[in-house]
Amino acid sequence: MTNLLVIIMTCAFVNNVVLSQFLGICSFLGVSNSIKTSASLGGAVIFVMTIASAVASILYDFLLAPLGLDYLKTIVFILVIAALVQMVEMFLKKTSPGLYKALGIYLPLITTNCAVLGVALNNVTDGYNFIECVVSGFGTALGYTIAIVVLAGIREQIADNDIPKALQGAPIVLFCACLMGMAFFGFGSIG
Amino acid sequence: MNGNMERIYNGIVKENPTFVMMLGMCPTLAVTTSVINGIGMGLSTTAVLVVSNLVISLLRKVIPDEVRLPAFIVIVASFVTVTELLMKAYLLDLYESLGVFIPLIVVNCIILGRAEAYASKNPPLLSIFDGLGMGIGFTLSLTAISFFRELLGAGTLCGVRVMPDFYQPIDMIVRAPGAFLILGLIALVMNALSIRTRANDMVNGEPCGMCPKDCAAKGGEECEKA
Repeated sequence: MTNLLVIIMTCAFVNNVVLSQFLGICSFLGVSNSIKTSASLGGAVIFVMTIASAVASILYDFLLAPLGLDYLKTIVFILVIAALVQMVEMFLKKTSPGLYKALGIYLPLITTNCAVLGVALNNVTDGYNFIECVVSGFGTALGYTIAIVVLAGIREQIADNDIPKALQGAPIVLFCACLMGMAFFGFGSIG
Repeated sequence: MNGNMERIYNGIVKENPTFVMMLGMCPTLAVTTSVINGIGMGLSTTAVLVVSNLVISLLRKVIPDEVRLPAFIVIVASFVTVTELLMKAYLLDLYESLGVFIPLIVVNCIILGRAEAYASKNPPLLSIFDGLGMGIGFTLSLTAISFFRELLGAGTLCGVRVMPDFYQPIDMIVRAPGAFLILGLIALVMNALSIRTRANDMVNGEPCGMCPKDCAAKGGEECEKA
């Protein structure tokens, strides 16, 4: 149990997926306009990343590794993730229209989010078992959500500020991300 | 030949994937901690880009339109795997320091973007040069960023100490926050010189026109079918 807690803390804070591993940067910078949007995206990422880690782990342990097809993992994982996202989308649409309405539009976005593939590959490299994979997928997605919601919060706060012209747009967002990165860098000493 | 040279120029200057189009930001931020890593990442991406552009261009009349994205992904993923295995065999040090970002070339927007925007509509030779131009543009950009990061952050270039002894390296620049700082400074210079890039559109969720994810940022409705 402590082991799993350590994995969650490591994935969410110490090795934050966005701020220290640089995965999922496009959506981190692009969809952090408002807290509401980024929280919904974060929810969708938690959902998909947890399931994707579980499925990738099962596939790797019971299909790829026993057959010695280890080198096919990149191809298999990306296809499985793409198909999985499609299936989750259809499943939600049918069974839970409310949830679909909240998360639906973010699901296609996640297919190309390198963080999902990155977590699946990292899990294999780290030699995690099934439970650890699921927990690490959840923890990583939690870290992503924290990072994007905090950035969105900062951006909402500074939206009406008098920002020098040259800093408007991308530079100020990147500087905010830099400062957040420094804050999260501090967690490194805990790990 | 003219058209081919135009493609190279387009990739390096006009549509430079890093500085103008702001694509492939994850590897740009993550691996530019040293010049060797920057060049290595750039060249391996270039290799995948050229070969996948060639194959996709050759198959452009065979692949049905409805399943083109999965087909592209399979083609790209195959070449990424080949590159990964080759690097593991011959360049183990580089392979280990680039880590997960080698397999993640699969989801690099530049590659799928060029497949979708160029190679699937143009003849093979032009597509090769398009891939080459984009690849060189990406490599040069990564090299430039990693040059400054390694020089200021570690005082070295390609692992050799070049800064004078009294220079105290700013460790933070080769760490994670430094990547955002340097990219922010680049965007700042571009803004100050009024050079139009996609950077400001990107942070406002404007589409890059290449990946399905843009739909979400725009609100989703018009891309439901995508």
